[in-house]
Amino acid sequence: MEVWVSQVFNGLSVSSILLLIALGLAITFGLMRVINMAHGEFIMIGAYGAYMTQQIFKSYLPKSLFDAYFPVAIVISFVIAFAIGYLLEVTLIRFLYGRPLDSLLATWGVGLMLQQLARSIFGAPNVAVASPSWLDGGLTLFSGTVLPYKRLFIIALVASCLFAMYLYIYRSNAGRRMRAVMQNRDMAACLGISTRRVDAFTFAIGSGIAGIAGCALTLIGPIGPSIGTYYIVDAFMVVVLGGVGKLVGTVAGALGIGVFNTLFEWWTDASLGKVLVFLCIVAFLQWKPMGMFAVRTRSLD
Amino acid sequence: MLSVHQLEAGYGESVILRDVSLTVEPGQVVCLMGRNGVGKTTLIKSIMGLLRARKGSVFFKGKDVTKRAPGERAKSGIGYVPQGREIFSQLSVYENLRIGLEANPDSTKRRSKVIPPEAIEKFPILPTFYKRRGGDLSGGQQQQLAFARALISDPELLVLDEPTEGIQPSIVDDIQDVIRSIHDEGKTAILLVEQSLDFVRSVGDRFYIMEKGSIVWQGGREDLDDPAVMKHLTI
Repeated sequence: MEVWVSQVFNGLSVSSILLLIALGLAITFGLMRVINMAHGEFIMIGAYGAYMTQQIFKSYLPKSLFDAYFPVAIVISFVIAFAIGYLLEVTLIRFLYGRPLDSLLATWGVGLMLQQLARSIFGAPNVAVASPSWLDGGLTLFSGTVLPYKRLFIIALVASCLFAMYLYIYRSNAGRRMRAVMQNRDMAACLGISTRRVDAFTFAIGSGIAGIAGCALTLIGPIGPSIGTYYIVDAFMVVVLGGVGKLVGTVAGALGIGVFNTLFEWWTDASLGKVLVFLCIVAFLQWKPMGMFAVRTRSLD
Repeated sequence: MLSVHQLEAGYGESVILRDVSLTVEPGQVVCLMGRNGVGKTTLIKSIMGLLRARKGSVFFKGKDVTKRAPGERAKSGIGYVPQGREIFSQLSVYENLRIGLEANPDSTKRRSKVIPPEAIEKFPILPTFYKRRGGDLSGGQQQQLAFARALISDPELLVLDEPTEGIQPSIVDDIQDVIRSIHDEGKTAILLVEQSLDFVRSVGDRFYIMEKGSIVWQGGREDLDDPAVMKHLTI
């Protein structure tokens, strides 16, 4: 019983991290169809955003305030990644819509440049970000089963990001404009929507959410300039498995991969577990190439 | 109100429109006719700004809009019902109409969560569909939605590209009635691409016929008996 509880919690925890790194990609790739290979670097930008916030708090503010740095870091990571995402869209991505191969190569190049930039500024070795003390320890369910606060915090953070994204995309005026543009750019333009502004903001928001993911990753381990490359494959896998263009699909994709990964690792071992997960994904996509939640309408039938 | 001067436009390398000029006066219904593939939709797309003009110019309400983005043209008062309806299939009917409101010059209407009732009075069936996705409606219902979505912005010029194409006869009648009533109210000018000669004869004020990317004939309602009209329109 206890083993099951802790395995399910582990599965949820892995899922929450997968979901966090995939959420931004669900926007830039899922909605905008930009094969954004620089997504991992926006995660890296967010992580260094958290690192910088920590350094500033350490150097300039009284020690008693140090624990407050993390909420501030989340906001700062988002803002920095948002701004760089906006800049990238305006200067590069907007010329590459509808050209998947070009955007793949170009964003990969941008990713390499951003990695090198991080290496030049912060140095090649990994740096550690000290977690705030209120995230140390864990919730003891029963003896032997402890749920670490950090993991619980990440799950809560993902849930809030998801909720905020849901409100923005499906309940706000800006989100409605965004969905209209992503579905039918020409028609949305002919109805008075400034598609340029919507594109730039949408890409920036996707990048900003990747920044939040990077900030959260500092709780799990040290960060380095190439941290993004560890996560980019997983992020694409989650979005493609879930079904491109559907937020609920990304959630399902992350949950599926996270839970099965944990279970397979428990029943076999780490590497075999990963292989089994990949096999399942390949088999699933053979059966349903559009992913778990395909966009279906009368007009597409 | 709308005047197109010696427009040249096309896709990629190919030139589709050559030296096209056309005017629409306030309150008029101007009909654009011609066989399939002569460039009617290309002309409409250049007027909306979806295609860039190579030469020539488009003036709307006295302003040169040749270089303006489609969104700006829509906001300055052009409503557009495209060929094939182009409903946002993943958005609900209500959301489609809210998108239509984006170009309305009245900012209180733009922000309001309520669809202005006078905007959809011509399509009393639409409110029963509000929660359904646009893509789940039938072709005729989608056409009514596309019409309402264009009218809701209170346009001064309505551009209609084959609004009765591929639609069941009873809804064709409804749509023709709507076009007639807009004409009778006299507030909105209409540029209408239409194949049915009988219908345009009953509603049009001015007629243009295209062939191979150029205007080959133009005239008023009394000129329609000209044998040249039949020559350009029969297959």
